[in-house]
Amino acid sequence: MEKIIEVQHLSKSFGNHEVLRDIDFSVNKGEVVSIIGSSGSGKSTLLRCINLLEKPSSGQIIYKGENILDDKHDTRAYRTKLGMVFQQFNLFNNHDVLGNCIVGQMKVLKRSKEEAEKVAMKYLKVVGMDKYINAKPKQLSGGQKQRVAIARALSMEPDVMLFDEPTSALDPEMVGEVLKVMKELAESGLTMLVVTHEMGFAREVSDRVVFMDKGVIVEEGTPEQIFNNPTQERTREFLKRTLKI
Amino acid sequence: MSFDWMIKIVSENWPMFLRGAGMTLFISIIGTILGFIIGLIVGIIRTIPMPERGGKRVTLKIINSILGIYIEVFRGTPMIVQAMVIYYGSALLFGIDMNKLNAAILIVSINTGAYMSEIVRGGIISVDKGQFEAAYAIGMTHFQTMINVVLPQAIRNILPAIGNEFVINIKDTSVLNVIAVSELFFQTKSISGINFRYFETFFVASVLYFVMTFTVTRILRYIERKMDGPENYIMYANQMQVETPEDTLRRTQSVNGNNR
Ligand SMILES: Nc1ncnc2c1ncn2[C@@H]1O[C@H](COP(=O)(O)OP(=O)(O)O)[C@@H](O)[C@H]1O
Ligand SMILES: [Mg+2]
Repeated sequence: MEKIIEVQHLSKSFGNHEVLRDIDFSVNKGEVVSIIGSSGSGKSTLLRCINLLEKPSSGQIIYKGENILDDKHDTRAYRTKLGMVFQQFNLFNNHDVLGNCIVGQMKVLKRSKEEAEKVAMKYLKVVGMDKYINAKPKQLSGGQKQRVAIARALSMEPDVMLFDEPTSALDPEMVGEVLKVMKELAESGLTMLVVTHEMGFAREVSDRVVFMDKGVIVEEGTPEQIFNNPTQERTREFLKRTLKI
Repeated sequence: MSFDWMIKIVSENWPMFLRGAGMTLFISIIGTILGFIIGLIVGIIRTIPMPERGGKRVTLKIINSILGIYIEVFRGTPMIVQAMVIYYGSALLFGIDMNKLNAAILIVSINTGAYMSEIVRGGIISVDKGQFEAAYAIGMTHFQTMINVVLPQAIRNILPAIGNEFVINIKDTSVLNVIAVSELFFQTKSISGINFRYFETFFVASVLYFVMTFTVTRILRYIERKMDGPENYIMYANQMQVETPEDTLRRTQSVNGNNR
């Protein structure tokens, strides 16, 4: 299997607060990996380190065989290869739906407007938002915003999609529409790394589940292993707490 | 009788009043625009993220402290004093005999620029951090992020404060009479120096000032209403003169209503 992202001995501290400690894990091409764990365990920080929104304190991140923490490595070119979906959507408020999906393509990938619009429409159709191209973010519901945010990331045609709790800020009735889109993307063979509290999604859609607690990876394995036969006490406790609610 | 005098003063001197008012408007408009451009540049530079190390960090630190001094000095001294120092200073120290109008525009622009820098900076830092992150995450440079995402939102949010500066400038250009620029106050002083009817003449001037600021305020408020309410408006001005508290309230309420 081809490793796309490989994280080695990654640590991250804010001041003297160590948030990630000696993280080792990798994502293979075409794989869907879910990261679960209670809030504050460092899941977002790990994702943000991977696309360099946070600078790791130590360790390495290897993308397709290259060390992206090397000073000479082109951070921005690397970021275009990772699509990021945020918990708070972060759609560009000054652009409409189509504008959100083309501005990066045009300014960063230097695509022509026509080409960018064609690509954007393709992915807006995938997420079912092609009828809303002229809407401004504030005119959309949370679920719609998040689907546009997914289309915006896909429009850059990244190798890997990173999702940071994409449904946590949504009203319950909108969670389904976003998970459905993500499930379709997973089935289409897209490589995805998903931080989620949706245990159903982690169990059914992912190829591998990573459980984090207090800044370390406690356990990882297939959904079957993690949900049915966890080997670690901390995993069992977390699942008991989470699944009961 | 005062009222008769006023009519007489207006009918005899209206061209002078009009030219003075025109000059006042001209200097305030140009000064506000140039001041805004200065403020935009300074505000953008002062919000560049500090590099972690290296020569760039040192350069940026030096530039930032120079700009900081500029802002502090020009906000911390009266424009009337700045006018004297710049106008006479440039003649004395550099032998530059500035055209009075150019000097006036220069003074108003630099002074406005100092306030605008802080207004722009406030507008930029009030834009949600998530907007920057989303732009960085798709590979934009800091500059691309500013141009395509942050500044359009920041500028829209600070429009009330920009209008506010414009209104302040209409009134404060009156201090330029100390370097004999023929704006409205200077013209009024000249007229009253001939007829010795100080109250009546200056009363006419006050009406003209009020008509100008009132009209500008109305126009600006109309423009603001036309643009839909900003998401993250920030109150960041020395003295709000365009927006009423009711406007602010209406704005923030509509934000809370829409945003969740
Ligand atoms: N920018 C930051 N500065 C200081 N501490 C932070 C920062 N970001 C996150 N943290 C801390 O790091 C820990 C992990 O946070 P996070 O990665 O957001 O956890 P999770 O996403 O699993 O809920 C928390 O204790 C949080 O307070
Ligand atoms: Mg998180």
